[in-house]
Amino acid sequence: MKTRGVRHLLSMADLDRDAIEQLLNLTESFAEVSERSIPKVPALRGKTLAWLFYEDSTRTRLSFETAAKRLSADTMNFSVSSSSVNKGESLRDTVETLSAMGIDGIVVRHGSAGVPQQITQWTEASVINAGDGSHQHPTQSLLDLYTARSHFGDLDGRRITIVGDIRHSRVARSNVLGFATMGATVTLVAPPSLLPPSLEGWPVEVEHDLDAVLESTDICYLLRMQLERQKQAVVPSLREFHHEYGLTVARANRLPTDSLIMHPGPMNRGVEISGEVADRPQSVVTEQVANGVSVRMAVLFLLLGSGLDVVDDRRVAA
Amino acid sequence: MAERERRLKSPSPGGTFQARTRVMSADDVSRAVRRMAHEILERNHGADSLMVVGMQTGGVALAQGIVGAIGEIEGTQVPVGTLDATMHRDDFGLRPVLPEAVTEIPGDLSGRVVVIVDDVLFTGRTVRAAMDAIHSYGRPSAIQLAVMVDRGHRELPIRPDYVGKNLPTRLDEVVDVHRDGVDLGELK
Repeated sequence: MKTRGVRHLLSMADLDRDAIEQLLNLTESFAEVSERSIPKVPALRGKTLAWLFYEDSTRTRLSFETAAKRLSADTMNFSVSSSSVNKGESLRDTVETLSAMGIDGIVVRHGSAGVPQQITQWTEASVINAGDGSHQHPTQSLLDLYTARSHFGDLDGRRITIVGDIRHSRVARSNVLGFATMGATVTLVAPPSLLPPSLEGWPVEVEHDLDAVLESTDICYLLRMQLERQKQAVVPSLREFHHEYGLTVARANRLPTDSLIMHPGPMNRGVEISGEVADRPQSVVTEQVANGVSVRMAVLFLLLGSGLDVVDDRRVAA
Repeated sequence: MAERERRLKSPSPGGTFQARTRVMSADDVSRAVRRMAHEILERNHGADSLMVVGMQTGGVALAQGIVGAIGEIEGTQVPVGTLDATMHRDDFGLRPVLPEAVTEIPGDLSGRVVVIVDDVLFTGRTVRAAMDAIHSYGRPSAIQLAVMVDRGHRELPIRPDYVGKNLPTRLDEVVDVHRDGVDLGELK
């Protein structure tokens, strides 16, 4: 297809265990950079990255921005609301315009699944998926794996329980693949209306009663109700959801003492997690955010700076 | 992925290293380490403001050896760290590069004399990268360089302060510093 190596990060499905472990090991080197008195290295000097965010984002976008700046890359902000998209420019034309300016990487978030994959056909730049619809959010999964690994050392045989709006969650889809690839057992807990229509091929166990799995949980991973993607009412009320599936103080007390409480953010206190539980030492939400910068530094460096391919060309094309 | 792993592990186009001559024995190396420790102390009037930093990965053991020798001579423990300067290198895009190991700088190096330790000094590019990296941790009062082997062929205006052995080499030769001494050989 192209003479240059195709280097993209589109889905956790593209990464095998070796690739994930390489990325997590690399992340340790970059976590160290963030602790320096001058946390900036010239590794991506002269590279230009563009953010193509068609959906709202606080932490992912700022995290990528921080990561890029710590690597000395130049960044171009693209805000859909003030761009030619409002004049009717198509996604393809927007991407080709950006490419013509000679950028090296595009970090894309879009409401439709598969957009990052599609963009790779239109540009020579590396494409990094920062969330596409309900499909994938690979850097979130990598930072969750890194956070979990830094607490447990090894994820083999660990039990992660993912609770909440799994149906609309790209984080859940990425983490199911990521944690299963790393040897953990994944259990999904949600009412049937918040589970995907089919779970065929998912390496997961399903449970409808959160109370039944609390004691055997190493990582309790909570998801936000994705109200913006829910086309119809899927639970009777948020209060009832909190009662049945929220991590209340009483439920959190039943988790093993060395377990972790994780959340990709943004948190809705009082819905999927009670405010008090969110502030417990067991809750590593802010640690996840800090690790997000290091993981994204590793991803950007591996894709744009190292001269290595994170994923084999043919597998991306397939 | 498998193919990439194989590509990384397979020998470089030059082939694998084959030793031709042993230029320093293990005893020679440890004598040179002790001499360099004495020279470092003499030059800096003691060990008070020193910090020794070994370059990942070849300089780490040597740095520990030098600090151990300084401890025997002066009876003080000099802080010793490790440094991976990959992210400050100037050959991005020319060859695949990955950080080899984690950097660990023990404490604040501002105002200290930082002695960079590496096994072989060749083009000087690694040392330039290391000096850049060190400055992102603070402002040392001085940076000095100790190497086991200076093999020449510098491409930058850098010279070592402490040398185990000056070894004239051809460009196509390879110097290998390991626990049993120093070998000179070629990639075959």
